[in-house]
This record gives sequence, C-alpha cells and structure tokens, in this order.
Amino acid sequence: MEVSQYLDIFIDESKEHLQAINENLLLLEKSPEDLGIVNEIFRAAHTLKGMSATMGYDDLANLTHKMENVLDAVRNHKLQVSTDMLDVVFESVDDLEAMVHDIASGGDGKRDVTSIVKKLLKIEQGGAAFDSSLQKSPDTNALHMEYDEFEEAIIQQSKDQGFECYEISIQLHSECVLKAARVFMVFEVLEKYGEVIKSLPSVEQLENEQFEDRFTVAFITKETASSLKDKIEKISEVVQADVSETPRKAVEDIMLAQEEAALKQDTPVEKKETKTVNEPAASKAAASNKTIRVNIERLDSLMNLFEELVIDRGRLEQISSELNHPELNETVERMSRISGDLQEIILSMRMVPVETVFNRFPRMVRQLAKDLNKQMNLEIIGAETELDRTVIDEIGDPLVHLIRNAIDHGIEMPAERKAKGKNEEGTVKLKAYHSGNHVFIEIEDDGAGIDKEKVLEKALTKGIITKEQAASLTDGQIYELILASGFSTADVISDISGRGVGLDVVKTTIESLGGAISIQSEFGNGSKFLIQLPLTLSIISVMLVEIGSEKYAVPLSSIIETAIVQKEDILNTHAQRVIDYRGKIVPLLFLEDLFEVPKEQKEESFYSVVIVRKGDKMAGLVVDSFIGQQEVVLKSLGNYLSGVFAISGATILGDGQVALIIDCNALIK
Amino acid sequence: MSEILTSSATKVIAFQLKDKEYAFPVQQVQSIEKLMHITRVPGTSPFIKGVINLRGVVTPIVDLRSRFQLPEEYNEQARIIITVSGDTEIGLIVDGANDVLDIPGSVIELQPEGVGGAEEDYIVGVAKLEKRLIILLDLEKVL
Repeated sequence: MEVSQYLDIFIDESKEHLQAINENLLLLEKSPEDLGIVNEIFRAAHTLKGMSATMGYDDLANLTHKMENVLDAVRNHKLQVSTDMLDVVFESVDDLEAMVHDIASGGDGKRDVTSIVKKLLKIEQGGAAFDSSLQKSPDTNALHMEYDEFEEAIIQQSKDQGFECYEISIQLHSECVLKAARVFMVFEVLEKYGEVIKSLPSVEQLENEQFEDRFTVAFITKETASSLKDKIEKISEVVQADVSETPRKAVEDIMLAQEEAALKQDTPVEKKETKTVNEPAASKAAASNKTIRVNIERLDSLMNLFEELVIDRGRLEQISSELNHPELNETVERMSRISGDLQEIILSMRMVPVETVFNRFPRMVRQLAKDLNKQMNLEIIGAETELDRTVIDEIGDPLVHLIRNAIDHGIEMPAERKAKGKNEEGTVKLKAYHSGNHVFIEIEDDGAGIDKEKVLEKALTKGIITKEQAASLTDGQIYELILASGFSTADVISDISGRGVGLDVVKTTIESLGGAISIQSEFGNGSKFLIQLPLTLSIISVMLVEIGSEKYAVPLSSIIETAIVQKEDILNTHAQRVIDYRGKIVPLLFLEDLFEVPKEQKEESFYSVVIVRKGDKMAGLVVDSFIGQQEVVLKSLGNYLSGVFAISGATILGDGQVALIIDCNALIK
Repeated sequence: MSEILTSSATKVIAFQLKDKEYAFPVQQVQSIEKLMHITRVPGTSPFIKGVINLRGVVTPIVDLRSRFQLPEEYNEQARIIITVSGDTEIGLIVDGANDVLDIPGSVIELQPEGVGGAEEDYIVGVAKLEKRLIILLDLEKVL
C-alpha cells in the first residue's frame, strides 16, 4: 500500500494521540479511580495502534498493543492503578514518542522495545492476581470463546502477518492436585511458541484454581496445530489438548469492526462509564471544534502577502491625505478598516495557545521530582492564553530551563521544607495571561528563594561585577545577576541544572523575541520569574518620530506617553539630564546625539519627549517632532548589519522609505 | 574567484569609480538601480550608507567611494549595483554602470603590484581590453 502521502497526517495525529495519552495518564495518577480517563487513554492508544499497523510500523503497533492490554486490565478491574504501573506506561509512551519522532525525521520507526514489552506483560499478568477472589467462577466448559473487538483486531492482525490463531482446549486429569501449577506449566510451554491472548476462565481464576478440570486458551503462533497438541500433552496430568482454529466467523466480522472501530468502541465504553463513574466523557467529545488542518507554510505566505498589503495601505493613506479628495479618502478609509479586520483574523489564525508548550511540563516535573526525591506539584494557570506561533516555537526551551531551575534550586528537600514549617510538597506555579499588547508568563515557586548575599559573593568572585557596583545594586538588579553568563549558585553541579549555562541563554532568547524577564524573590519563601512577551513578531504598532530629517519608529508597547517638556524643567545631575515626570526622576536620552543625526543645532525652548519603559525603569527619548501612530511590518536588517546598537529592525513606510525601529530595551540600562 | 581566471571568457558588469573602471562577474550582480532614498543606520562603519527599500526588502548599501577612501560625490550617473553574496543582497554605490563585457581569460593578469590605493586588497586581477584597463574586484573582500 502506498502510504507515504498519509505520513504527515499519521505523524501529526500520532503526536496528538501521544499527547492525549500523556495528559490523561497524569490525570489518572491524580484520580486513579476514574475509569473515564482510562477509557480516554485506551481510545487514543487504540487509534494509534490501528494507524501504525496500517502504516506498517510494527514495533509501534506492538508496543501500543501491549500498553493497551495493561489499560484494558485496568478498565476491567483486573488491575489497579499504581505508581509503578504508571511509570512503566509512561516509559512506554516515551518509547512510542521516540519512535514517532524517528518516523517524523525520516527513520523507519524501529526500536528495540523488548524490555519495555516484558515489563508491560509482567504488569498485565502480575496484576491478574489482584481481585480474583471477587470473581465467581463462570461456566468453565464453554468450548468457544467470545472475543471483543480488540481481541478480534489482534487476531486479524496476526493472521495478516502470517500467524495462526488457535483455540486450545486443555483437559487436566480429574484427580490433579496442583491445578494452578499445571496451568502454569501449560502457559510456560505456550509462551515459548507464541502468545496467549485470552483464556477461559480468566487467568486469575485459573491461578486460583477456580475451574473444574478444563480450560481454553486463545493462542497466536506460527506452530502447527498438531505440534502444539503434542507439546501440551507432554505435560504430566494433561489428559487431552484439543487444538482448533479460531472460528472463521469471528474473523470476518473484524473487517467491519475495524472500519467502525472508533464508533463501536465509543458506544459500549460510554455506556459502561455512565454505569460505573458518574462522569461521562461525552462532554469532552462534544467539545471538539470544527477545524481543518492548514499547512503552516501556507499561513506564513498568507502573512507575507498581507505584510505587502500593509505597506501599500500605508502608501495609499499617505497619498489620499495629500490629495484630500473626498471620495478617495472615503474609499481608502474603508479599505484601511477592512484590512485592519483582515489583519486581526490573520494574526489570530497564527495564534496558538501556550498549552502546546505547557503540556509537556507536567511529565517533566513528575520525572524531575522523582529523580530528585522531591515532592512536587505543578499548577498551570491560563494555558489557553494565545501567542503567535513564532513566539511559541522559541519559548519552550527557556521555560524548560526556568522550571528545571525552580525545581532543582528553588524547591527544598521535603525534610527541609518540613523543618521550615512549609508543606512538604513544593509548588511551582506556571501562569500565563494577556495584558495590553503583551503576554506574561510567570514561573513562581515556593522554595528557598534567592540568597542575595550568596549571589553577590558569587558575582564578585566570578568578576561579573565590581565591589563599587555591588554596593549600589537594587534587589532586583542583584537577582538579575543570576541571568548573567557564567553564573551558577548551586553548590553541587547536577544533571538537571546548575552548569551556569542555562539562565543567560534564557535571557538572550527572551530578549531576542522582543521580550523581557525580571525576577522577584523573597529569601526563604520562593521566587518568581516574570517573562514579558510580545503578542506577535511581524506586525507591530509604532509611533513615528522625526529627528532632523530622519524618521524613527518607537514600538507602542514600550511607550508610556508623550510629553512636551519646557527647557527650564530639565534638571542637570552629574553628566545626565533628567526630568521630573509625575514625581519620578526620568533620565533624558537625546536621540540626535545617540544616533549622531546630522542637523544644524538650534536652540529650542521646549523638547518633545517620548516616555518609554523597560520593566519598571523609564527613560525619556528626546525627538524633534511626533509624526503619529502606525501599524508597520517588522523587517530584519539582515546579517550584514546585525547587532546595530539600539535598533531592533526596520520597516517600510507609506512613502517607500525605510524607517528604523528603536529598541527601547537597549536604551534603558 | 579562481574559476574566473581559468575560464575562457567571463561576463562582467563594468562600472566607474572616479577615473577607473572596475567589474564584478555578472553572476554576483542582481540588478542595477538608480540612486534612491537611503536611510542612514547609526553606529555602523562610515562606508555603510544605510538601507534602502528594494521592492519590499530592506537592503544595506555600501558606498564604494568611501570604501576605497575616495572623496564622496554623486552625480546623475550614480547607480546602486545590487550584489548577491550567499543569501544576502547588498547594494554598492558607484559612479556609473553601463557595460556588460566579455573578458577572455587570456587578458586577465593576476593582481599586479603598484595599482595603489586602498582598493588593492580587494582586487582579483586586471584585464586589458583594447585601451581599457578593467579592475576585477573580489566581492567578499569588498564587503
């Protein structure tokens, strides 16, 4: 079958299913009694199995199948959810992810899964001992077994792969004493040659000897019926073994069953759910939106085209204001409005909830907590907050760093926490929210907080700051030292973090996205990292200003307000001119000097000032005049001109000229 | 650049700078533009004049006169040669560009001594074509 055309869809959907499994497993860990969650996981795993089998990824299908068996046991109350069990399931999900990843990067998805498969089998069989006493021995003499659709699917798949499926009915000696032992021996022989997929009575009933002297197993193998018969009958106290092929009918039904697997599977499961748990998953299913998949490249080219349109819109607006023709004005105005709406829609199409980044963290935290023997609780708030895809792509790694940092360095060991009178379980809060043109992400922990003295000491010994500087630093500035490169306060270098290469990378990445990071901390009570990110990177609102004959753009997001300042209101401190702005001392930056704008000096009686901020720091940019507010398309200056001071990029104005965009973050120190 | 010297004939774009003629291989030239508004970028080398809007792409502009330490002056004939180096486009301001020439490899001499001036470092070779002397430049080194 030619499947390559479905590969992309397969990979996408597999990732989605794996993510769903991951999320639900975490939920399950919190509420192990909720069978609705097990069903969700089961469904995702089952679909994944079907897809990978169709695509010919046998290892993937095989492992998913084993995982499914364990889940099935849970679902049928044969197995209880335990941390050990979840660990193995998580591990197998990791393997599955690795395989899907391999396939995505062009590999064949092969992977040695024997050890994990063994673990799963062990759980599946080990668990069989659980609640066997509850079950009454059913009719043990039934010759033919009933298969549910999963088992039938397995049978069908095995047959496709050249295996045979037999029903083996085994008669033990009527005076056999240790029936369970004989059963065990039979199983041992069978497992050598294939796989037992079902037994009647069930395995635990067999083990508890809750049967007369006859039992039946469904068995998948490549051996012939007669050789199997011989092998089983060699076991002492086995009187007779009847090997027959699985009835044809069961297999034929499967064709239908497989096609409608999803549907069929849903209905019985849902019914069961409502009976056992008063929380049907139906509402979840109903919540799925009507969506279509669009290739990201298409969205990108739509965005590019729209950027061109924005530039031309600027040009049109300028022409119409020059001509001042009423009908032209009206048309241009309407076009501007429509393209404004269009812009909103296009931008919103590129918006992705931060959930896509956040959802990998619970797993990570769980694992870290285990590795470090700490007790952790990760709270995620505002996962639905949306950000531009380009920002989302970049923000994952910095967040991983910060969370690892919080868990490794922030949260104390349980004993230590107890001694301090804190809850033994540490909490890391991950919170995302919109505010103005920005998205904020907070990572807050209730751990040890940052030791200012230790940070200062370290920064001094590492030569990051001088003694004189150290004396004048504010708390916030001291905390920010830990973001400087070559800084690490952990006494012991650990695997998780503490190599001193992490946090400066975090800072650089965030700043390269046009964002900012700040730290608040209270020694002994925890720290908070606050990341501010722009909503989008491609179209921004700016205020155009003129300096001499040059035009510059100041991002609206950094502007607090504009002001006209009388010359006599300017105060001179040593080497710095400042103004008193609403009770705060704000330094003035004369852009004509900073940017060496060629112009004749003339004395003015007042200055036009744009008040900008970076975090809680402010500065006043002195310009010649304000032109106005405009939406512009952010363009890079390219590699040749990279690293120009205080310029974050360029944009093309309505008249076709290029205006430079001022990077306020670089101007405010 | 060595292939220029060995191949039988090289197509070049020739341009003037003060009183000399220079050339780049035609493959490195994307287009020739008239002078247009250049936005100065503060804090860059003096020979970087700034950036222009080249059909929607912000393109850096280098002034070759200033690069070769010649006095800066432009007239109506001045042109911007848009060159391509890797995937970056960079414009070079020259006094005039109006010739596409075929230069046979036989007339190219490797960087002779005594050409003089600041441009010596950027020269690949010199071609004698009838009465004209055309200096072949190494784009990578000019930038």
